[in-house]
Amino acid sequence: MMDYAIGHINYWLIIAVMMVGLYTLISRSNLIKKLAGLAMFQTAVILFYVSMGKVTGGTVPIMSTDYTVYSNPLPQVLMLTAIVVGVATTAVGFALVIRIKEAYDTVEEDQINIMDNQE
Amino acid sequence: MSEQLTILLVVIPLIFAPITALLKNHNISWLITLVVSIISLILSFIILFDVSDGSHVIYELGGWRPPWGIEYKIDSLNAFIALIVSGVATVTSIYAFHSVPKEIDKRSYGLFYAAFQLCLLGLLGIALTGDIFNLFVFLEISSLSSYALISMGKSRKALTASFSYLVLGTIGATFFLIGVGFLFAASGSLNIADIAARFSTFADMQLVMTGFIFIVLGLGLKAAIFPLHSWLPNAYSHAPSVVSIFLSATATKVSIYALLRVLFDLYPIDYWQSLLLPQIMLALGCVGVIYGSFRAWQQVELKRLLAFSSVAQIGYIVIGISLLNETGVTASVMHLFNHALIKATLFMGAGMILYRANTTLLSELRGFGGSMPWTFMAIVLAGLSLIGVPGTVGFVTKWYLLEAAISEGKWIVVIAIVIGSVLAVAYVWKIVEAMYFNSKRKAIIHGVNSGDINVAKAPLSLGIALWIGAAGCLYFGLYTDLPFDAAQSVAKALLTPTSAIN
Repeated sequence: MMDYAIGHINYWLIIAVMMVGLYTLISRSNLIKKLAGLAMFQTAVILFYVSMGKVTGGTVPIMSTDYTVYSNPLPQVLMLTAIVVGVATTAVGFALVIRIKEAYDTVEEDQINIMDNQE
Repeated sequence: MSEQLTILLVVIPLIFAPITALLKNHNISWLITLVVSIISLILSFIILFDVSDGSHVIYELGGWRPPWGIEYKIDSLNAFIALIVSGVATVTSIYAFHSVPKEIDKRSYGLFYAAFQLCLLGLLGIALTGDIFNLFVFLEISSLSSYALISMGKSRKALTASFSYLVLGTIGATFFLIGVGFLFAASGSLNIADIAARFSTFADMQLVMTGFIFIVLGLGLKAAIFPLHSWLPNAYSHAPSVVSIFLSATATKVSIYALLRVLFDLYPIDYWQSLLLPQIMLALGCVGVIYGSFRAWQQVELKRLLAFSSVAQIGYIVIGISLLNETGVTASVMHLFNHALIKATLFMGAGMILYRANTTLLSELRGFGGSMPWTFMAIVLAGLSLIGVPGTVGFVTKWYLLEAAISEGKWIVVIAIVIGSVLAVAYVWKIVEAMYFNSKRKAIIHGVNSGDINVAKAPLSLGIALWIGAAGCLYFGLYTDLPFDAAQSVAKALLTPTSAIN
């Protein structure tokens, strides 16, 4: 049991990061904090992929007679794309927050909802 | 020859979008968008023609052999979806010529059309790719550009609608990514055909099931399947008309397509049958139909009414999939096409009303139908299709859906469809009543006597685009061969277990 818990320590940590992100996203009213939560949520997935590809004792996939165990490089390559997607999402999100701030003069979601309902 | 065409569908918008973004002039950027859409439409037609005999068109990106490289494997379903997307894009582009200058800020014409092309590119990419991670990337390309497009709406509510779509859309995409990760951990492959072929070797791993649940939830969020639809009504009702038309007709359809691929091609059917997913989807579909139609009936604003009606229509598609027989799946695939046609027409009509009356509030549109009889007629025609009156496209799908439900003995589904149709009569009647049967009163908004004849008559290009849609509703309702044959061959291919092909 203990071995199981410690052996999967990376996954426990990733789940923790993910849940902190998701909780921030849901619980905060401030739109900037929401985006921060969203970014954490995405980062956890990136960590998940990268740790998934690691083989204990494995090295980078190079042609050499000295090494026989290699880590899978594909998840890292995939995550380069996912990082780009994540950054783009965050950038679009911040751009929207700037426009919301200009239009509503606040970035608090509950105040925005009150303003929307008054219209 | 035609394997090179498949990649052109993605590459052409990708080349032209950055060029368009640099342009300031409206007419030139519009022309580029129109040409790109028409080229995509022609290419989709050629590809659909090539695969209509059941063969596959395969393109390997960069010459890397699958399963290592990314592979585009086009069968009739891919080509059918690509045809829907590029067809709607073409009609929307025609419509955009007069609608965009009216609704979009002068400085961002080029950017608007660039985002539109990127969205088209993303949706076409989803429709063509045979690689599940590539699908995620295209999903995000189309979503990111649609967040930008939605936020360009006139009202400031468009911004908050776009933000909540961004949050939910990203959660959906991330769920999808987690699911792909689990599946990759189990299978070591990202190629859909490769995973499906070797599925039995890792089918009993817990990872595979967890991944499946994440993937289905993520795509369900993107496809706005009830109860994951909360982003949809706000996003569609506050977006600019052109964006409402394009997204309502394509974005959710393409996500449904991705779901079809996952359910029928990636995973074997009996795998998710044992997870009780058909029952869950059936229940959600039925509730979605009734809930969406009821909420649509409650609305007082035309575009919001249409958006809720979309939730109901997605419910019909989900019901068809979950019945799991050939007629049901055929009805669903056909409804992807039919609903794209109907909703595009209705949103074009709403856009024309917005163009002339400056409002889409039903109470402000009293007696407005008489002032624009042609537009009104097209709206009624599409509304009748939504209800499912014989002779229109809506009838065809509802007929097959009922037939499928009865042959399965699922009477509760029949009842849900009938209730949905009755509610559809009620909300379409609400539009007709407000626009035609209420006493005529000129709408006066912000001091502008907008129903007045002096105020811009809707330009011809809007009317042409609208009537292409309306005529399509009628034509494909009477001559059902083209979409029906395509949908039936798709359904047959989907329901055949993948192992039987290999």
